Amino acid sequence: MTIVIKGGSIVGATGVTNADVLIDGDRIVEVGQGLRGDESLDAQGCHVFPGFVDLHTHLREPGREEAETIETGSRAAALGGYTAVVAMPNTNPAQDSVAVVKFVRDQGVRAGLCDVFPSGCITVAREGKVLAPFADLTAVGVRVFTDDGNGVQDPALMRRALEYARTLGVTMAQHCEVQDLTRHAVMDECACSSDLGLPGWPAIAEEMMVSRDIELCRLTGGRLHVLHVSTRGSVELVRQAKRDGLPVTAEVTPHHLALDHELLRSFDPVYKVNPPLRSMEDVLALRQGLVDGTIDAIATDHAPHPPRDKELPLDQAPPGMLGLEYALGVVNSVVDVTPSRLAEVFSINPARIAQIGDRHGAGAVVGAPANLSVVDLAATWRAEDHRSASLSRNVPYRGRSLRGKVRHTILYGRAVVRDGEAMR
Amino acid sequence: MRHVRSISELGRDRILGLLNLADRMAEINSRPVPKVPALRGRTVVSLFYEDSTRTRLSFETAARRLSADTMNFSVSSSSVNKGESLRDTVETITDMGVDAFVVRHKSAGVPWQIAQWTTAAVINAGDGAHQHPTQALLDAYTITRSRNSQDLAGLRVAIVGDIRHSRVARSNVEAFTALGAEVLLVAPPTLLPPVVSHWPVEVVHDFDSVVDSVDVLYMLRLQAERMNQGLVPSLAEYSTHYGLTPRRVARMSVDAQVMHPGPMNRGVEMVVDPAEIRGSLIHRQVTNGVAVRMAVLFDSLAVEPDHSALREEAR
Amino acid sequence: MPVQVMQRGDVSRAIQRIAHEIVERNHDLGNVAIVGLQRGGVWIAEQLAAKIIAIDPTLSVSSGALDVSMYRDDLRIRPVVDGAITEISFDVTDMLVVLVDDVLFTGRTVRAALEGLNSFGRPRAVQLAVLVDRGHRELPIRPDFVGKNIPTHAHDEVLVSEDGVIVKAPQ
Repeated sequence: MTIVIKGGSIVGATGVTNADVLIDGDRIVEVGQGLRGDESLDAQGCHVFPGFVDLHTHLREPGREEAETIETGSRAAALGGYTAVVAMPNTNPAQDSVAVVKFVRDQGVRAGLCDVFPSGCITVAREGKVLAPFADLTAVGVRVFTDDGNGVQDPALMRRALEYARTLGVTMAQHCEVQDLTRHAVMDECACSSDLGLPGWPAIAEEMMVSRDIELCRLTGGRLHVLHVSTRGSVELVRQAKRDGLPVTAEVTPHHLALDHELLRSFDPVYKVNPPLRSMEDVLALRQGLVDGTIDAIATDHAPHPPRDKELPLDQAPPGMLGLEYALGVVNSVVDVTPSRLAEVFSINPARIAQIGDRHGAGAVVGAPANLSVVDLAATWRAEDHRSASLSRNVPYRGRSLRGKVRHTILYGRAVVRDGEAMR
Repeated sequence: MRHVRSISELGRDRILGLLNLADRMAEINSRPVPKVPALRGRTVVSLFYEDSTRTRLSFETAARRLSADTMNFSVSSSSVNKGESLRDTVETITDMGVDAFVVRHKSAGVPWQIAQWTTAAVINAGDGAHQHPTQALLDAYTITRSRNSQDLAGLRVAIVGDIRHSRVARSNVEAFTALGAEVLLVAPPTLLPPVVSHWPVEVVHDFDSVVDSVDVLYMLRLQAERMNQGLVPSLAEYSTHYGLTPRRVARMSVDAQVMHPGPMNRGVEMVVDPAEIRGSLIHRQVTNGVAVRMAVLFDSLAVEPDHSALREEAR
Repeated sequence: MPVQVMQRGDVSRAIQRIAHEIVERNHDLGNVAIVGLQRGGVWIAEQLAAKIIAIDPTLSVSSGALDVSMYRDDLRIRPVVDGAITEISFDVTDMLVVLVDDVLFTGRTVRAALEGLNSFGRPRAVQLAVLVDRGHRELPIRPDFVGKNIPTHAHDEVLVSEDGVIVKAPQ
């Protein structure tokens, strides 16, 4: 069976061309004018992007299925234009064994809404004490390792991890937080936290670890990916590391690009996240880093929590925000970049970092797997009018107008989202 | 329905109005029968997630003197652990038909969260290290009335001690400055909030350099756990540098006053017996607490201005 | 259109006459308290007390002020008056208390005052003096001493001061 995507503007790394895309089975077979297929998807007024790749998704299964399951999270991903997500390992049990990694991947296949690539832990149970079985996990396909939620505090352990990373050709993705500086922290350490009497999470706690790990990267040659960069100082450290030619990459979340710490004055736990929302000055530096190439990728840090948990007092509520369905609209609303740059940060670069470039990130190219995202970049919508596919409702964008909405998502030639509706 | 959650939410005019109202409440409290029917039929619930018998009794006394019915929902940590969420508790009590929640919680912001889940007025009796507005009102009331004035214009007030963890300090900085006082914060850097440059205060690290030039010394309680957190090297050292010692009392100007929100840590921040300080206002703070809380309850619950009805009644 | 229904002289003569009536009506006046209701009744009570002493200097006359706002049954529609404060520095038990107000209208203020007075003891008797009775009673309350009965519409406004009494129709 063939499908044709009609009337869209095809986005590649170098530019945009108007063409139809013909898909046969799971592959793209032709790109050109006036193509016909058995079925047609309307892309008038839309851009045809390579399917988005999220380096940072919390799917919660196994262990917290009341917050999200691999199926519901995959559906949210598909609705957000994602054809692949890297599943964070802070499940219960954690993704530190071949069995759990296989379980997560199989659940992803069963859901059939996007590719789910499990990450592996850096240390057993993310406890920062004993290294996880890197070689075993690499052998079953894991390419990104992280203790996300925790930074690896012990520099000797992190050095060993990066040495393994170099040998195995995988990436260590660090959640940069020196925990001794963030005990009981609820929000950014700033004038606002001082007013509210809330313990602060100072920028230095992130920057010290970014700086340390860049030096360990320099020492070992192991690939380092900096998760959810949130401060101006971190952006500058990554910028310098790249100038030095180190194998360092970095991601930023939509919420750190759009929201600042003043929102915490409402005491609404929906704005609590780790790392915390920062100052407008940091927000502007992150946007600049995204525009100038210092930051490689948008990563959602989609972190579902059930309403009950987000109704706890601010200092007790768990950190985290939904992101998958909102990322494109949020980023496109706050950062002025070309469609090509959007393709890079939403798909091409994260696919390269996750080492899944053979399946994702190529876009509408003849012979490539048909993983595409058709987006109306001009469509405006409001977050509160959208009924999320997630089991959770911790969306921090209520009351905001977002520009850019996913119309169709095509996964291996199958329209898993059509006209903004999930097909399964 | 008018919430009283922070001093900044009140603003200068409403603060002054509440202090005037407190005068009338103080007069009621001085009567042989200190009780009026003003809030008859209203129900006030004290929802205390953190033990504070003093504050709770002060509010409940205030409510009863205005003839409100009171309910007391004291939450020991064990019953919270049984699983009822804050929201469930608030919604259930609201359904019983209550007019005000008096809320004390160890977490900042809880009164704002509760206000989303109830139609009743929310009165903050202390949230985390954030705000304790009725304490600030009673402190402002105590100072002004002891000086026969309406506001604090021209007064130099030093707040001494653990500002960082103090809701009393945050509320008092806002209240005192709103009423025209010049406010000094006296503390080691570790006991100050990380950023205070935007507060309308002067920060002083050397207590001795200001002790002889202030009109009011407001001493804050220092909890022993601050030492374990590494914020002060030792209680003894803190006491030496930031405690109110007989030597410092002797240097105070003759009409300077001393205040403390209680409970005191004798031998830590108070190295003198407050009974021996001529200008101690500490007992008056407690007495005035009831009158000020009556004013707050009355102001939140009694009057719902309805101007068309007012015109009907005008004679 | 405001209408002046009492002139300055009328007001002072009415107060003088009420003072005489209080003395005459209460043969064994012994221990009397003249209590003005905040705010309109207070100045009248002060003048009454002074005139009673002038009539009979042997009398022991206490005077005070009573703010009834905490006792009202219509608190929600009548905001509390700023600065009105109760000043009764004596025990009213076994005294004759004369409550004084400027205008008697629905009677609700007087009802609240009777309740408020209870906080200060148990008077031997309570009487009511008003400068103007404008009618429209909503409670079984009747004045003992009246300066002038003035028929009004329920929506009229009655303004009382030492300079006279004015009735204003609603706009």
